[in-house]
Amino acid sequence: MSDNTNNVSYVRTEFLDPSDPPEAVGGPVKWIRDNLFSSWFNSIMTLLALYFIVRIAVGVYPWFANGVWGTSGLAECREILDGATGACFSILQERWPQMVFGFYPSEEYWRPIVGLLLLAIAAAPVLFWTLPRKMLIFTGIYPFLAYWLVYGGTIIVPIMALVGLVAGYIAFNRVERAYGFFLGLVGGVVAALVVWWIGGLLSAAMPGLIALPEVTTRDVGGFMLNMILGTVCVSLSIPLGIVLALGRQSNLPIIKGFCVIFIEFIRGVPLITLLFVANVMLAYFFPAESNPDLILRVIIMITMFSAAYIAEVIRGGLAALPTGQYEAADSLGLDYTQATRLIIMPQALKISIPGIVNVAVGLFKDTTLVSVISMFDLVGIIRGPILGSTQWTGIYWEVFGFAALLFFVVCYGISQYSQWLERQLQTDHR
Amino acid sequence: MSTIPDHGDAGGFRLSQLIYDTRYRSITFQVIAVFVLGYCLYQLYGNARQNFADADLNISWLFLWEPAGYDINQRPIEYNSQSTHLRASTVGAINTIIVAVLACISATVIGVFAGVLRLSNNWIVSKLMSAYVEAFRNVPVLIWILIIFLAMSNAFPQPRSFRGENPDSEMWLGMFAFTNRGVYVPSFINEAGSGIFWAVCLLSIVGVFAYRRYAKKLLYDTGRLLPIGWPSLAILIVPGLVVYFLLGQPVGLESPELKGFNFSGGVHLRLSLIALWFALAIYTGAFIAENVRAGIQAVSKGQTEAAASLGLRPGRIMNLVVLPQALRVIIPPLISQYLNITKNSSLAIAVGYMDITGTLGGITLNQTGRAIECVLLLMLFYLCVSLLISFFMNIYNNAMKLKER
Repeated sequence: MSDNTNNVSYVRTEFLDPSDPPEAVGGPVKWIRDNLFSSWFNSIMTLLALYFIVRIAVGVYPWFANGVWGTSGLAECREILDGATGACFSILQERWPQMVFGFYPSEEYWRPIVGLLLLAIAAAPVLFWTLPRKMLIFTGIYPFLAYWLVYGGTIIVPIMALVGLVAGYIAFNRVERAYGFFLGLVGGVVAALVVWWIGGLLSAAMPGLIALPEVTTRDVGGFMLNMILGTVCVSLSIPLGIVLALGRQSNLPIIKGFCVIFIEFIRGVPLITLLFVANVMLAYFFPAESNPDLILRVIIMITMFSAAYIAEVIRGGLAALPTGQYEAADSLGLDYTQATRLIIMPQALKISIPGIVNVAVGLFKDTTLVSVISMFDLVGIIRGPILGSTQWTGIYWEVFGFAALLFFVVCYGISQYSQWLERQLQTDHR
Repeated sequence: MSTIPDHGDAGGFRLSQLIYDTRYRSITFQVIAVFVLGYCLYQLYGNARQNFADADLNISWLFLWEPAGYDINQRPIEYNSQSTHLRASTVGAINTIIVAVLACISATVIGVFAGVLRLSNNWIVSKLMSAYVEAFRNVPVLIWILIIFLAMSNAFPQPRSFRGENPDSEMWLGMFAFTNRGVYVPSFINEAGSGIFWAVCLLSIVGVFAYRRYAKKLLYDTGRLLPIGWPSLAILIVPGLVVYFLLGQPVGLESPELKGFNFSGGVHLRLSLIALWFALAIYTGAFIAENVRAGIQAVSKGQTEAAASLGLRPGRIMNLVVLPQALRVIIPPLISQYLNITKNSSLAIAVGYMDITGTLGGITLNQTGRAIECVLLLMLFYLCVSLLISFFMNIYNNAMKLKER
């Protein structure tokens, strides 16, 4: 048979290339017809959308194209524009350091910039767990380093704070092995307090040791303040949120009741009222001589605020775990703390990561509310010193657009990361 | 637990049982927790008492009955500067509720609209909606409120540009005036017999629901399908119209008119209200759009296909099969969006809208210096509103929930 086919000349030996599909069922024409003009209703929608886009483009384009750079005031911009529509981007040129750093002394700008770069390194191993785990050591050191960089002062304070934490952790580990979790906790707290007390004496004795010029907290402002409030409050509120979530799920009625009341109270009131508390009320509850800084009081209240929301997210994660996990941990003979630390929490946290990221984005946006209690964050700087200065009166779009852009870039980045993470976690489960 | 032999009873009660015996351990921990908590609260209380004594302060609620001495620009109830602080707070509370209700309704409409369009198979429309959602979700609401307030106060003409023979601006339909001081809309003038007219209007709305119920019952009982669309419309409009002309047009419209440099007559919606309302609606609308999209996508494709194979038309598939199921997924996050609107309405303080944060938490607080009392009352108000909203929405949610046997 096979010999025969070779001899028969009227059978083609090679395949023909497939011919192109007709114009109407392939290529861009088909795509446009399917996606934009599939029915009369769809066509109307497409035309409406196109009209809308063109209207916006026509309105905005000259504003960008005629944008003026390099003048020293709005009046000069208007002169140059001579009645035409156009932006006065000079304000960004002149005031961007203020919008980003607040009243931070300009010769020290390198400090927050270094801090921001180091933040990227410190956050990387938390965000991407394929990176070497050793980098987490730097993540642990980072908060103290960043505090020293941004606020200045002697390096003894952050170092002793760190040493105190490490000492507390070591003491906790040692005591826990011998006497169990709760005595370990007590031992750790005592050890940390002792080291901090010594640190207080040391820094009082040598205030000039490797010291950066101190910057008062009032001068730390602009977008940097939003970043600081966002990162500090989110990182502090995650442990607090875990404790609250566990408390709400526990079967001890008093602890559960307290956690429920705390969470529901915080979630029921707007953040602004909590900031009012920080501004006018909270100082009364501190000892008379301590006089805590406004930013510290604000951090306390925002941390409580976001802890309540994170607690609800984690509670969702705990509820999503199958009961079998709890029972399996019990049947292995693990006690409550062991089961929670080794079995329950790792899984529950993994489920709730996307939710926590959402809360973090929301919280980061809400840090602009501190401008209402007259702190100079990005919005506060814009509404106060920038719009109030005589040469820039009447300028709005450029500065608010810039502020919106800054927030958009950061928040959109985080939400894209969150979606990427969700996809990663999904493949893990399937 | 019952299989573990009970050693505790054999040797009597030992102290170590307080930690190692599950029967006592929970009590031990709770007692410790109560002590720690009580100690912390006592410390805070002691600090506060000390600080109050040092600063010669006290807690007193009497300021609420003193004259407030400031004006509020939007007064839904009788108020003047001689009214009490309590009255001022009430005005603020009503203003909060006004803007929250308006924003909730419009945010739902915008959100459902955008959420459905985002799933549209029209590429350009769905991309446009994604752009809207991302732009509003990723920028703080405070910035949006300020931007929209500034946009409106710059884009709308001044009232004086409506004056003269050839005015620069004209009223829309001759009844609505958009100015940078706010929007003027016509108001109703009620004359004799208007009560009957409004009652008939109300009754015809009830009538529409009754008719729909009857049609549904008839459909389920006998299989007869009554038309829904035009009879509902007729019930809604015809009785009202008949009564309106029978009673000799008892209700009229009063359009705003330009008197001097400003408009008079009609209802004046201040720019702060309009801007806050619009900003909250469009910001929260973006979040609701995401919830709606997630809800619709949560209905499995098999449901749509099954409905189609039963021979239902696309419109009916949406109404009878997809939406009822999607609603169950959408409602719980919708509740929290409504709560968010109510809480975000406190940002009114940024545009000078006199809500309760602006009156009680703003001017009253600054004038009387009674910070603790004012902030506590403010929190109490928001807490009550939040609890009320979640209470009613939970009732609705339970009514819509899948009834499992």
